[in-house]
Amino acid sequence: MLKDKDRIFQNLYNDMGSDVSSSQKRGDWVNTKELIDKGRDWIINEIKSSQLRGRGGAGFPTGLKWSFAPKEVGSRPHYLVINGDESEPGTCKDRDILRFEPHKLIEGCLIASYAVQAHVCYIYIRGEYFIDGQKLQSAIDEAYEKKLIGKNAAGTGWDLDIYIHYGAGAYICGEETALLESIEGKKGQPRLKPPFPALIGLYGCPTIINNVETIAVVPTILRRSGQWFASLGREKNTGTKIFCISGNVNNPCNVEEEMNIPLKELIEVHAGGVIGGWDNLQAVIPGGSSMPLIPKEKCETLTMDFDSLMAEKSGLGTAGIVVINKDQDIIKCMARIARFYKHESCGQCTPCREGSGWMWRMLERMSKGEATKDEVDMLGDVTNQIAGHTICAFGEGSSWPVQGLLRHFKKEIEDRNNLSPIHEKKNNIPYLVDQHLLDKKNA
Amino acid sequence: MSLRRPAKDQPETFEFNSSSLDAAKTIVSNYPTGKQQSAVMALLYIAQKQNNNWIPLAAMKYIAKFLEMPYIKVYEVATFYTMYNLSPVGKYFVQVCTTTPCMIRGANKLVEACKEKISENESELSSDKSCSWMEVECLGACVNAPMMQINDDYYEDLDKGKTLEILDQILSGKTPKPGSYRGRVNNEPENNRKTLMDLKNA
Repeated sequence: MLKDKDRIFQNLYNDMGSDVSSSQKRGDWVNTKELIDKGRDWIINEIKSSQLRGRGGAGFPTGLKWSFAPKEVGSRPHYLVINGDESEPGTCKDRDILRFEPHKLIEGCLIASYAVQAHVCYIYIRGEYFIDGQKLQSAIDEAYEKKLIGKNAAGTGWDLDIYIHYGAGAYICGEETALLESIEGKKGQPRLKPPFPALIGLYGCPTIINNVETIAVVPTILRRSGQWFASLGREKNTGTKIFCISGNVNNPCNVEEEMNIPLKELIEVHAGGVIGGWDNLQAVIPGGSSMPLIPKEKCETLTMDFDSLMAEKSGLGTAGIVVINKDQDIIKCMARIARFYKHESCGQCTPCREGSGWMWRMLERMSKGEATKDEVDMLGDVTNQIAGHTICAFGEGSSWPVQGLLRHFKKEIEDRNNLSPIHEKKNNIPYLVDQHLLDKKNA
Repeated sequence: MSLRRPAKDQPETFEFNSSSLDAAKTIVSNYPTGKQQSAVMALLYIAQKQNNNWIPLAAMKYIAKFLEMPYIKVYEVATFYTMYNLSPVGKYFVQVCTTTPCMIRGANKLVEACKEKISENESELSSDKSCSWMEVECLGACVNAPMMQINDDYYEDLDKGKTLEILDQILSGKTPKPGSYRGRVNNEPENNRKTLMDLKNA
């Protein structure tokens, strides 16, 4: 288990309060000026050497992303956008950062804005987190009051304004270009890439978009050095991560742990074990609903990081672990996820708009045992028609969980749905127009 | 995609009152000059709040004029995002999360409770017109499942009995206390905390 002193989010459970003075006791805002005085290159190099990867799901190296911002500010201003549109089922880590560690986020915004030369930062929060957004807003107001942000923020000579932009219940706005469209006051429909937002983003200006958790760990990394961060976890999968363990466990919780921690340890130690014991485990969704599930046999030895989950044809995603035990109907669980994606598809690309509904309806029927045998393979075909044929990654996100179900639980579906599509008895088929001919004996 | 239709009975006119107008002007100033269209989402929220938690078409037209943008663009935004209510909802608007992490912890029991106490069908006003409920997708409090949202507040760690109690309270016009209903603190593992122990004792 990770040592307490190596945990970045000391106030994850709000033992100490989230206001600026108690945050300062935890080390936030202590020497921000010194860090910034070391210069842009030092900051970006330190983040690169920490091997921090984005915490929003895709796991893109953060230092590399920052280095894509143009070196000189041209006629167009730069923007920093923070993605707090946490809507992936199984994930609720950003909410705790917004509520309990807002100053880590705000300080991270200042450092990141300086590194990418932005004077304006928008924090996009999902509309449902209105109360948590208000808490962040009061922390921002407090920071303005203490001159930690605003003109000459924290004495660094850098000007920074932070604004909150609330979403309104669209999962797709977690996709970075859809998020930009949403801030521009449009429907949240993703843009084609390239051009990438680092060059043409918000209002057509260079924009760097990072997840809340990514930005919130930045100040601590700079204080304790990139090397410290890189010493946790393993090569290319370094540092700590907030894991959200939900579903059929005795004590569902959020916990910050080292990357590459065994899944079994997370479930057994922190979450108090599976309801009904480890043997009652059926499957685990390791990284939010869009990642393919992992059956019990593999959960024994699985470690939680980007690359080892990739090797299992799944992914770490947002590290929202959903534990499903044997009391649940796995097909129904996936049908419900398919319904989620059907509801949240933005409707821009046909394969996703139509296909997500097909997958949902097929899975609904399969869970009731009303599908025919050949539909099982047809469902696999549909997922392949969606993944990779859409503008954004929603296509993959909606079809991967279904592919995971087919990969590991195909037998269950087939056992339940063994209707044959070919009618063995030739007569009494009600939809045949020529039924009367069959009825005549000598026809 | 979800199907969303504006209500049949629409008021003729809509105008911001003075407090809404102030709030709207502050929001517009958050965005660069000439990019006032960005404020449309926030302004729709303000209109929704002013108009008993739903947005009439007249409000969309008013906002379009206010932000100097085409009416259809406002209409697009209002119909795309699911948190804008296009038809009247109850003063207490109950949203029950039924996505998989909540579902496997018994969200259907919460739905049953809503059906018993509020109305048989979702998005239907209760007999005294004070409440309505609907099923929604993941609300992002999965470790507190099953949970529901009433207006802005989250009610977490529920079961059927506790949901019935909460619904009884809102039906009698009271606002119940938000947060966990199993008495746990935030998102820590109940009675099983293994991390940051010295802070807990401090």
